[in-house]
Amino acid sequence: MIEVVIRNRCTGCQKCLEVCPAQVFELGVDGLSSIARQQDCQSCYMCELYCTSDALYVSPNCEQPEGIDEQTAEASGTLGYYRRYSGWDEWAGQHPNRHWVMGSVFQRAKVLLGPTKNELEKH
Amino acid sequence: MSIQTREAQERLVLHTDVLIIGGGMSGAWAAIAARQAGAEVILVDKGYCGTSGVTATAGPTHWWVAPEQREAAVDARAVPTLGLADKSWMHRILAETWQQLPTLAPWYDFARNEQGQPIYAALRGPEYMRALRQRMLASGVRILDHSPALELLVRADGSVGGARGWQIRQQREWLIRSAGVILATGGCAFKSHLLGSGNNTGDGLLMAAEVDADLSGMEFSNAYCVAQGQTTMTRAMIYAFATYYDASGREIAPVREADPSVRTFDLATALLEGPVYCSLHRVPEDIRRQLAEISPNVPLLFNRARLDPYQQRFEVSLRAEGTIRGTGGLRIINEFCQTLVAGLYAIGDTATRELVAGANTGGGAVNAAWALSSGVWAGQALAQQALSQGRRLHETADGAGQVGLGSQTAAKNSGLSARLVAQVRDEMLPFDKNFFRTEVGLNQSLDRLETAWQEARQQLTGQGAEQVKAREAAALIASARWCYRSALARPESRGLHYRQDIPDSSEAYQYRLNTGGLDQLWVRPEPAAGVPA
Repeated sequence: MIEVVIRNRCTGCQKCLEVCPAQVFELGVDGLSSIARQQDCQSCYMCELYCTSDALYVSPNCEQPEGIDEQTAEASGTLGYYRRYSGWDEWAGQHPNRHWVMGSVFQRAKVLLGPTKNELEKH
Repeated sequence: MSIQTREAQERLVLHTDVLIIGGGMSGAWAAIAARQAGAEVILVDKGYCGTSGVTATAGPTHWWVAPEQREAAVDARAVPTLGLADKSWMHRILAETWQQLPTLAPWYDFARNEQGQPIYAALRGPEYMRALRQRMLASGVRILDHSPALELLVRADGSVGGARGWQIRQQREWLIRSAGVILATGGCAFKSHLLGSGNNTGDGLLMAAEVDADLSGMEFSNAYCVAQGQTTMTRAMIYAFATYYDASGREIAPVREADPSVRTFDLATALLEGPVYCSLHRVPEDIRRQLAEISPNVPLLFNRARLDPYQQRFEVSLRAEGTIRGTGGLRIINEFCQTLVAGLYAIGDTATRELVAGANTGGGAVNAAWALSSGVWAGQALAQQALSQGRRLHETADGAGQVGLGSQTAAKNSGLSARLVAQVRDEMLPFDKNFFRTEVGLNQSLDRLETAWQEARQQLTGQGAEQVKAREAAALIASARWCYRSALARPESRGLHYRQDIPDSSEAYQYRLNTGGLDQLWVRPEPAAGVPA
């Protein structure tokens, strides 16, 4: 669930207002993004992917808020992780999109773990 | 601008050839195809077209088979459909996907194999949806984000000629007249926290049923997917290597199944007894290193939880996937994906996928090929219809919504919507109700859902964003009732549908079940030749 907007990172660009599929954010009186409807957060992490200033922290727990503050979010060392390893925007070319290898990973799991119960029964 | 403080504005009235409700992958492909066929297109999305829905947050691998291998591939893939799919439709989606996917190359950076050939089948979700959005905008599709539909507009002859909805950010109503409507609102995940499914509340199913469309395959609505505990992270590839344990440390599901989905039966059984823990120590080193570049959101959550999943055991749960990885949805009556209602089309997970997936999940490949193909066919067909018959704007078209649309501001209403949603979740998410089904349990659930439906019928109202939530609650209840009524009408186990009281399949029930109705539900077998190929 979205926990916090890191204020000294947020530029007020409003991208998170635009892309959040659950309309969680509003523009605050200080011109920065603010979390207006935390309970509506779907924990999809899309806001983090689109945030050019790595100013958002969504906690793993989708069921209830954990009370993460700005310091804790910074200290996690994970701000911008999703964006970076996606090779998104300014990270393009630095981390290739390896999504396509998924099929071969499943094949390797199959080989590693041996035949399935169904296959064993057939033989 | 603030949603709460802004004054309500005059409504937005538009007309167009093709109106598409829902901006996931099938809606986007429909919009592109309709524009290519020469139609003017508006696409509305409840959230943001690009992040809404289960494609954006995941990454579909399309069913992708070269022409010379298709006969064998279809024969093999037809086996788990357990007699309910149609091989000619399976061939159709293979051919369409083969033709369409490479056309995305200018917008999506396809990876290449060692021979330098592009790999088209597997696309990462956020990049895929971003590419589709850019392509739509480049081709002149008008996209209205944050603009959920509330009801369809129906003409005097019963055909669909537009829809009405709400623009959340602008705080105004929208009304769009069109030659017809394509429903691409996705499947229904019953607010289970399945990744990306928060907006997938069965809205299209309810809107269609209100104009007398029917559904099929709703009993196949109980797939579940493993996820790190308390999270939405149902990106499950890494769990192909998982070992599971109960609280005492005993290994669960020692059956060596590489496909995580087939182990859910044992996991669900164990989770009914208590917490289940996972170890990923068997994941090979090189895959650990690549995981961030395969599915970056998966290690993100491990890191945030300060978890080393390769060394530490961690709790896992199963997230219900409802009709998303199930196969139920609106019934299709022709090769253009038209519903029973003139001018109304259903595509992607909004439509039944029994034609291509039968009684088993179409998750992983088949559903993606279906979403793309059904979108293209419906987009082309409605464009043709619009260009040959016009928009028929001189005819009146009235709102067809029947529940949750009262406009009085009832202070207690937001509480009512939330309470009804919680009731639906209580019936549709627990394993002992939905995974392990029994006649007694289904009847008890249906009784409670009937009470919820009556309450929705009589009391659910709201304005603006509250009305959107009221409609979501109504759609969730309606979808749940079709699922369980259909499950009751299939007194056997087949594919996803598992009846604990009748664990065997029966030849006698090798047919599809159609369902529909709002207050008076009905279920009946589909005639054998019901779907022309």
